Amino acid sequence: MFPQSLGSKPAASPVDSVAPGYIACSLMLKPAYALEFEKPLRELTRQLELLHQKALEQNLDLRRVIAELETQLAETRQKIYANLTPWQRVQIARHPKRPYALDYIGAMCEGFQELHGDRQFNDDRALIGGTAFLNGEAVMIVAQQKGRDTKENILRNFGMPQPEGYRKALRLMRLAEKFRLPVITFIDTPGAYPGIESEARHVSEAIAVNLREMAMLRVPSIAVVVGEGGSGGALGIGVTDRVLIFENSYYSVISPEGCAAILWKDRASAPIAAEALKLSAATLEKLGVVDEVIPEPMGGAHNDPAQTIAALKYALAKHLNDLRGLDTETLLNTRYERYRHLGVYEEAGALRS
Amino acid sequence: MTHFDKPTYAVRKTRKKEIPQGVYTKDPVSGEPIFTREIEDNQMVVPKSGYHFPIGARERIAHLTDPGTFVETDAGVRSGDPLGFVDSASYPSRLAKYEKQSGLSEAVITGTGAIHGIAVSLAVMDFRFCGGTLGSAVGEKITRAIERAIEQKTPCIIFSTGGGARMQEGILSLMQMAKTSAALGRLAQARLPFISVLTNPTTGGISASYATLGDVILAEPGALIGFAGARVIKDTTKQTLPPGFQTSEFLLKHGLIDQIVTRLEMRDRLRDILLALHVRKPAAPSGAAKS
Repeated sequence: MFPQSLGSKPAASPVDSVAPGYIACSLMLKPAYALEFEKPLRELTRQLELLHQKALEQNLDLRRVIAELETQLAETRQKIYANLTPWQRVQIARHPKRPYALDYIGAMCEGFQELHGDRQFNDDRALIGGTAFLNGEAVMIVAQQKGRDTKENILRNFGMPQPEGYRKALRLMRLAEKFRLPVITFIDTPGAYPGIESEARHVSEAIAVNLREMAMLRVPSIAVVVGEGGSGGALGIGVTDRVLIFENSYYSVISPEGCAAILWKDRASAPIAAEALKLSAATLEKLGVVDEVIPEPMGGAHNDPAQTIAALKYALAKHLNDLRGLDTETLLNTRYERYRHLGVYEEAGALRS
Repeated sequence: MTHFDKPTYAVRKTRKKEIPQGVYTKDPVSGEPIFTREIEDNQMVVPKSGYHFPIGARERIAHLTDPGTFVETDAGVRSGDPLGFVDSASYPSRLAKYEKQSGLSEAVITGTGAIHGIAVSLAVMDFRFCGGTLGSAVGEKITRAIERAIEQKTPCIIFSTGGGARMQEGILSLMQMAKTSAALGRLAQARLPFISVLTNPTTGGISASYATLGDVILAEPGALIGFAGARVIKDTTKQTLPPGFQTSEFLLKHGLIDQIVTRLEMRDRLRDILLALHVRKPAAPSGAAKS
């Protein structure tokens, strides 16, 4: 099922990647409908399974009933997924089977060489990076990485980078600048890690410096929000020439739960907060924060990772090609203006941005 | 003017964000009642204990700049309501309330002025307006202040205070972090000094953008400065926070800020730093105020 033509496996180097086939085998055969709002689908699937079993065990002809139920399942699926609320999309963005950065890198790129460490303190496994070839072109990759099981999640600190992660990212981006490689970043974090050590090593400064330096980086850059775009922790690798986002990813100033806790005094109001924060991909595009929304398979990227990865690969090629044509001064001025004009305020009675 | 050879830092038991009102105010350090007037006359610093109460942006500017030199800019830049945000009240109604309470049109005042004769572009935040949060209008005013420094070839000084990005403007408030930081990149390219002064409290998106990008970073004593809130850290890590965590003193000890400077000596200290980085001449040996 997994098209090998999308990219070969990464070289047999000490890269802690998940083999591309992993997703295909474990995710595509049987949709799990694990999310709360997918309950009707879960129920229908269970009924279908029972019918199949009954038909087999008792040798009954239940084809008509099964066909009806399958139609019902398809219709329900269509109804649910065509009208996703922002909060439902947040849940899809956090789906444990959603493709992560290394899944994309493994399937899309060739010869990924992970480069470790910030050269100052530590190697952050929640924010990784290295060189790779995309469509034959050398690129620098910087990516937030979550874990799929408990063990890997502990290693990846649940995708919450610490200061050394942001400093490693900057080191790699400067390396890219030195050797004229475009930078591609994968954003997927609930936020930067809130911890005592993180504060003591000045996570604020690590993020802030990245914002300033990325704005001045003399090579083309593209960020892709592949899952969660959690606030400053996301922006810390997100000041790029182009920002792409998947249809069900979100990008927000604060998590819906955090916003709900502060403004509604109740984390359970997260669905309302998600609505109010306008954090969905389509709205972000309208606000000019993202440049392109990449469509996902019905129900989310995890339902067909191969299609998702192919869509991203296509979009990246297109944007890299656009940016390659620009001289450095134009590139830098365009990037400055891109961020300069974000925001809506009133002046002299008129709404401006 | 009072001079401090060795400033003493009071250990804060409380982190009051309210400016005292009424005839008497309790000193949070000693617990003694003090004439509010006495505190007001001392830039909101308790004379005996050195406790720093918050000070309004206008009052701060009046104490910092040479008399008659400050010219406010972009006073007409105000928040819009890009998302149509409503929680228990609508965002525009909250803005109207903040304006009424604080007498300010936004959480920052910007302008140009002189400090001991050195021309600067200045931005001073005020916690009383929406918790000093960074929305589109604040981001725009600060960016313009930075760009004005580049145009007029002056240093830029930003006094920060605030809880972070302004939630009610969603992702656009987050983008103000990128916008202001990008402008500071251009200021750095122009080799013009940026001095960031952190005051109580400076947290979240403000600390993770312009506030920590100073060529020189100063902080008022006892200020709460950090990225994540104490409760979030406790809930996430289940750790006990060490005493004095996320205070100016904690940051100085960990090498994250250059100096702790009391409000009373701030004006002189800014001059001293700018003399070296920008004017490139020592202070006149006599006649000028010593520091």
